[in-house]
Amino acid sequence: MAIIEVEDLVKTYDRKVAVDGVSFTVDEGEIFGILGPNGAGKTTTVECVEGLRSPDGGTIRVDGLDPRRDRAELRTRLGAQLQQSDLPDRIRVGEALDLYASFYRDPADWRELLARLGLADRAKTEYRKLSGGQKQRVSIALALIGKPKVAVLDELTTGLDPQARRDTWELVEQVRDTGVTVVLVTHFMEEAERLCDRIALIDAGKLVAVDSPAGLVSRVDGEQRVKFRPATPLDVTLLADLPEVTRVERHGPQLIVTGTGNLLHAVTSVLARNQIVAADLRIEQAGLDDAFIRLTGRKLSE
Amino acid sequence: MLKIVNTEWKLFLREPSMVVFAVLFPAILLSVLGAIPALRTPDPNFDNQRFIDAYMSSLVVVTLAFLGLNKLPTTVATYREKGVLRRFSTTPVHPARLLVAQVLVNVIAGVLSVVLLMVVGRVVFDIDLPHHPLGFVVTFLLGMLSLSAIGLLVAAWAPNARAAGGWATVVFMLVMFFGGVYLPRFLLPDFLNTIGEYLPPGVEALQDSWLGAAPDPVHLGVLALVTVAAGTVAAKSFRWE
Repeated sequence: MAIIEVEDLVKTYDRKVAVDGVSFTVDEGEIFGILGPNGAGKTTTVECVEGLRSPDGGTIRVDGLDPRRDRAELRTRLGAQLQQSDLPDRIRVGEALDLYASFYRDPADWRELLARLGLADRAKTEYRKLSGGQKQRVSIALALIGKPKVAVLDELTTGLDPQARRDTWELVEQVRDTGVTVVLVTHFMEEAERLCDRIALIDAGKLVAVDSPAGLVSRVDGEQRVKFRPATPLDVTLLADLPEVTRVERHGPQLIVTGTGNLLHAVTSVLARNQIVAADLRIEQAGLDDAFIRLTGRKLSE
Repeated sequence: MLKIVNTEWKLFLREPSMVVFAVLFPAILLSVLGAIPALRTPDPNFDNQRFIDAYMSSLVVVTLAFLGLNKLPTTVATYREKGVLRRFSTTPVHPARLLVAQVLVNVIAGVLSVVLLMVVGRVVFDIDLPHHPLGFVVTFLLGMLSLSAIGLLVAAWAPNARAAGGWATVVFMLVMFFGGVYLPRFLLPDFLNTIGEYLPPGVEALQDSWLGAAPDPVHLGVLALVTVAAGTVAAKSFRWE
């Protein structure tokens, strides 16, 4: 069932169109990704959903509410983690959670929340002394303190090191497992691919596609590449004659075999029959990156 | 709301420079000046009052100016710049509450500062408490609110926290000058004193209520007017992000 419905959303700043007729729905209980390059209109889109900006056109419903008209009620059902939003330097983590908890009629137990986010021993630490990953976790905690049905997380892992990023991903999955619908804004392919049930691809203010990560990838040709170094010399026509193979290239000692279907099996069968050992065998498949390039005609710059 | 005020109060106490300047400094300055014999001898040039008696109202101006024109605009502009206000606007509580809490914290800090000043003045230098207490309290509050309104106006218009600090400092200097902090008011030319009488935070009204008479209602009226005018414009033009 859809908990968020966005239809024909338009938002203009001065004369620049930031969001141009975007429509999508988010189902209850899923992690929904909004993916696109910087400046594509992702943040503007979710800020309209959060009721922080009023759209110039289109309609939005969040759990049946109009984000602008029913602002007050929306605030109790939607938690937001904003891009670049700090706390006062000297506020302690526990104080911040306790304060924000007091804003809601029926808040979560903030001590339990901190424990769940791995911050139990940081309750008395001043905000300025936290690491980047810890600050992000506090930010998630504040977005969840009001027991929201929907949590919007904007550029959650930007600026985090790889380990902190992976830890944060696990957290997001845990949040979803507690029944919260998550809207995740990101410009990291890997993040979207790993976390999202469905993804809205946005480019230059327009919606390019909405699909599951696998669905988006399948829109690109099923072309694959197998790379390896044969231990003994190999007659490349053996490979080139295979029906699955479209092209064989030689780069020094390395062979690159491009093709479709069950390419890997076909190639390794030939190698086995000729008793050739393949070193450094690698297979490359199309990913979200390729899907993005195919769908928008340009690279998602990171 | 009480919780916001309480939290902001704790944050204020954790900034040592703020506490020293806003709460302790006027009493310290009084002690230093009072240690100079000439300044605690009745002066025939000045109605046979001592310098320190006449300077008390200017010391109150120091507190009010620091809180309203230094602490308030820089804190508010920093909160906006760091996204503290924006985060508030995602909760059921409007970020305006945070600004109100700031002003309330300033009132508490200001009261503490002035009480400390009075105690030191009374105990150490035998300076009278305000002769017209009600007039003094009203002037103090109006002075505080009028400067707070101007401080919020600066925060509303300044593009970022640095600019807010810079602009506020200019206003701060002017208020301190006209309030007779840098040069005692009896040394200032008449026309400057006349301007100072009407400027926030109402040094003349503070002086009047301290030394005997009730404050001039016109002075109080001007303070109220400044509060309403600057406060309205600040509220209308305030950017939350």
